[in-house]
This record gives sequence, C-alpha cells and structure tokens, in this order.
Amino acid sequence: MTASVGAGSQVSGQLAQRQRAPRTLWGDAWRRFRRHRLAMAASVVLLTMIVICVLGPLVYPPSPTRIDFSKALLPPSAQHWMGTDDLGRDMLARIMLGGRISLAVGIAAMLVAMSVGVLVGATAGYWGGRIDNILMRITDLFLALPVVPLLLLLIFLFRDRLRQLMGPEMGIFWLIIFVIGILNWMTVARLVRGSFLSLKQREFVEAATCIGVSRPAIMFRHILPNTMGPIIVAATLSVGSAIITESVLSFLGLGFPPDTPTWGRLLYDGQNYLAMAPWMVLFPGFFIFLTVLSINFMGDGLRDALDPRQRQ
Amino acid sequence: MGTYILRRLVFAVPTLIGISMILFLILALAPGDPLAQFAADPSVPPEVRENIRRQLGLDDPIHIQYLKWFRSMISGDWGFSFASRAPVASLIWQRLPQTLLVVGSAYVLSVLIAIPIGVLSSIRPYSWFDNIATTFAFVGFSVPTFFTGLVLILVFSVNLRWLPFIYDSTLRVNSFETFILQIKQMIMPVTVLALFQTGAMTRFVRSAMLDNLPQDYTRTARSKGLAERTVIIRHVLRNSLIPVVTLVALGVPTIFSGAIVTEQIFRINGIGELLIKSIQNSDTPVVMAITFIFATLVVLFNLIADVIYGILDPRIRYD
Repeated sequence: MTASVGAGSQVSGQLAQRQRAPRTLWGDAWRRFRRHRLAMAASVVLLTMIVICVLGPLVYPPSPTRIDFSKALLPPSAQHWMGTDDLGRDMLARIMLGGRISLAVGIAAMLVAMSVGVLVGATAGYWGGRIDNILMRITDLFLALPVVPLLLLLIFLFRDRLRQLMGPEMGIFWLIIFVIGILNWMTVARLVRGSFLSLKQREFVEAATCIGVSRPAIMFRHILPNTMGPIIVAATLSVGSAIITESVLSFLGLGFPPDTPTWGRLLYDGQNYLAMAPWMVLFPGFFIFLTVLSINFMGDGLRDALDPRQRQ
Repeated sequence: MGTYILRRLVFAVPTLIGISMILFLILALAPGDPLAQFAADPSVPPEVRENIRRQLGLDDPIHIQYLKWFRSMISGDWGFSFASRAPVASLIWQRLPQTLLVVGSAYVLSVLIAIPIGVLSSIRPYSWFDNIATTFAFVGFSVPTFFTGLVLILVFSVNLRWLPFIYDSTLRVNSFETFILQIKQMIMPVTVLALFQTGAMTRFVRSAMLDNLPQDYTRTARSKGLAERTVIIRHVLRNSLIPVVTLVALGVPTIFSGAIVTEQIFRINGIGELLIKSIQNSDTPVVMAITFIFATLVVLFNLIADVIYGILDPRIRYD
C-alpha cells in the first residue's frame, strides 16, 4: 500500500519534471531566430556597431571636429585608427559621430513610416467599405510615385525654409525623416490592412465588441498586437533602406550640411581624395555597408522567426 | 484581351493625374515667390511686377493654375531653364541618349545574369551554390551604389589604371578603337547599376521558380519521362518567367532613379546629372520636368507590366 503510493508520487514527480517551462509566443520566436545563424551574427555586428557609435566617442580621444592642417590626409595609424581627412580631423571619431546621426535618421524615418502605415492600414482594414476603398486608392497612388526624384524635389523646395525655422541641422533632420517616412509607408499599410481584414472576423474581436470595448481600443489593443510579426520585419528592413536613402541624399550634396559628418556626407567629402586618401571613402562606406547588410540579414531571420508561414 | 488593355489604360490616366496633382501641390505649397528676384529689384516698378504676375497667371485660382500647368506638362511644353535660358525639352533630349545607353545596358545585363542564377539556386535550395548566390544578392542590395562605384574607381582607375573614371560623352564611336574606348568607359557605371538590380532580381526569379517546382504539372512532366533539363527550362522556367517579366517592367523606373547616383559618380552628363545640377542651381522648370518624366515612366511601365501579365497569363482577368 505504502509502496504503491510512493510509486504514484514518483510518477507524478516525473510528469512534473517532463513538463517544460511555459513557452510564450516571443520565446518561440526567439528560439527560431537563434537557429538562423546568419541573422544571429548580423545582430551581433549591428549591436557592436551601435555600441561603437554611441559609446566610442567616450573612450576614443581624438576630436571629430578639431581642424589641424599639419595632420591632413594621414593614413591609418596607432594615433588615428582610420586616418585623417583633408582638414586633419580624425576619421574614426567622425564616423562614430556620423553613425549616431545616420542610425538616428534610419530609426526615426522608420517610426514615421510605420506610424503612417499602421494607421492607414488599420483604419482601412477595420472599417472597410468606402473608407478602405479611398485609403487603398491613395496607397496605390503613393506606390506609383517616383521616390528618389520626389525626395530630391521635396528637399530642394523645402530645405531653405526649414533651415531658417529650425536651424541647419534640426531642419534638415526633420525634413529628411519626414520625407523618407512619407514615401515609404505603403507596403506596411497594405500588410496591416491584409491582417486586419482576416483578424476582424475572429472570435476574440467579436468577444471584445460584445463587452463594449471601443473601436480604437479593439483596433490597437486587440487586433494590432496580433499583426506585430510582419510589422517588425518590415520595420527592421525599412531602417536599412532609410539609412541608404539618407546616405544617397548626403552623397548627392542634398543631405546634412558639410560640417555634419553623416556616413553619406563623409563619402561625398572623400570622393575627391580617392587617389590620395582612399581611407576617407573606404571606412565610412564599409560602415554603411556592414550596418545595412546586418539589418537585412536580421530582417530575414526575423521573418523566419515571426512569420513562419511566409517561409520559403 | 482588348477590353482588358483598354481598362488598364483607363485606370492609368487617373493615376497620372493624381501624381501630377501631388507634384503640383508640392510646388504650390513650397515656400518662396517665383518673382522674389523681381520683388527685390528696386528698378522694377510695382505695376510692371503686377503685370508680369497677371501674365504668368500667378493670380489665377489654384485649380486654373493646375489645369494650365498640367496641359503644358502633357504637351511637352516645359518652359525655359532659369540657368541656361534654353528650352527644358531640348536640354532633356540632349541628355537622354547617354542615360538610355548606360541604363539600358545595365538592365539587359542584370536580367541576363539574374535568370540563370535564380534558376540554378532554385533547383537545389539551400545548397552551397544557393547560399553563395543568396549572400551575393544580399550584398548587392545592401551596398549603396555610390560606394560600389567609388571602390571600383579606386581599384580599376586609380590603382590598376585599366579604366577611365570619368565618362566622356563627347566620344563618337566611328572606329574600332573608339568602340573599345566606349566599352571601357561603360564597364564601371553599368556594373554598379547592374549589381544592385541583379541582387533583387535573382531573389525574385528564385522564389518564382520555387513556387512552380512543386506544382502538379511539374510532376506530370517528370512522370512523362522528360529530361530534367526540359522540365526545368521548358515547363517550370516558362511559367516562372510570367511574374519575372512583370518585375522587369516595373523595375525600369527604379533603374532610372539608380542612374541619378551613378551618373553623379562617373560624371556622365545624363538626365540624372541634369536633375542634380538643376537642383543645385534652383532651376525649378528643369527639376519639375524631370520629376514629371520620372512619374510618367512609373505609370507607363506599371501599365506595360499589367498588359504583359494579361497577355502571358490568360488566367488574369480584370473585373
């Protein structure tokens, strides 16, 4: 009798042991993401990049702005790890400073694009009918806009006024993130609309409606969290493309003012010294390339992790 | 078929009108008076300024201004450049051949490279070949074109001295030597443009192939005893090319935008270079005309893509 009780408790003990820790949605996603080796490596690279740009200036002594003609165009050395530019400023210090701006532009532009995209997509998908129709026609129209020429046109027309209003750096910063954001929300809007169309038919939405939850709360508190996976993937990839777009603008001389060393601007300044000081071009270019490549690989890994049905 | 094309055409017109409205709105909202220079000039009496305003239609209600502007944009009457006083249309015609040559070669090249690589990748997905191709594709669309351009110049012009780094558009091809020179100066710009485009297109061909490979008709073709090569090329590839052809048409405006940067790097005096120069000179008529051309290109190639898709895939019907 006592033996059988003992055996019973042993069995239940084994069962309890066999039961794994509760698995959450994000835990599952994290496990799938970790399996994607390239994406993991990319995340590490990206994190390193961010740490270098944010904390680097605190430990790396040379100044990014001090002009010293006696040190112009020096090749990389122990003192100046990535050499100096035509005015004798330290390249690494400038790259770290520029990285802060380039990354900030990328993230801010992504936030603008995601906000507009989610708002338009959620409204269109949830309300449906005529509102959906109008919003989707507007989305189609924006998809048909020539992005690069329009970016250039907007910056060309508005930069002087914004410069006067907000100062040369903040003015151009807001203009660039706003313009990049406003020309890149369309894919997210379509994505979110699609998920909303199918999710709004589900029981949990019906249940929420029954207990009297307001429409905006249903949209953003109940349905939106269920569409987060694809949104996160799109957001990640859009940070990369925004960084490239900003650097293109700076490279064309239409971005930040000359003394603001974004990565694109550094390349623009360096192109005239290609033969004498290739490090002026190679290092900033390599930083852009590595950052964007990491973001793209990370986006790929996130797609596999968060959106398993999309997997090819 | 005829009604399908007609319907797409009817839908393209409102898009073009919508885009033109956005362009005009941006221009109208932009700060700054077009006659600011006159206003600052004390030798121009206020009555004259008023007359000029009225003549130019600046006091008209905004929708009248828009209609006038749209009519002249459509008819190719783009006005005169502020900077050179030349008609905008003739400026653009001068620049067009260089851009078309470089953009066209780059595009043909990237299609020719992307299709075989995409097909080979899809036959054995996640094999070493596919992995290398995927990595290259990711590198292709992660490197900003201006960086690839500068690195190519550094390697092939500065260090090896094989290729010229400035594009000479005055070169006339009339002998074998000049032909070689032309090819040599085109190698780098074309490579830069093609690299970016090939990356995206390879991925697209691959995924289109992967969509078709597990289909029933593929199994039927195999069970008929056809050679694997025939199955892939005659059956799967043919069907996979339908979306690819659409993408090729849709990508034309993108590669034109890519030319803006490429022309800047290699100093090719094409349309993109004209756009940048006009922006720097605040030459509004030229900037507007070029932006309008780009917008028209997008609408036009969207239409072409739709029509080709309708012709190639009879299942697509517009309703």
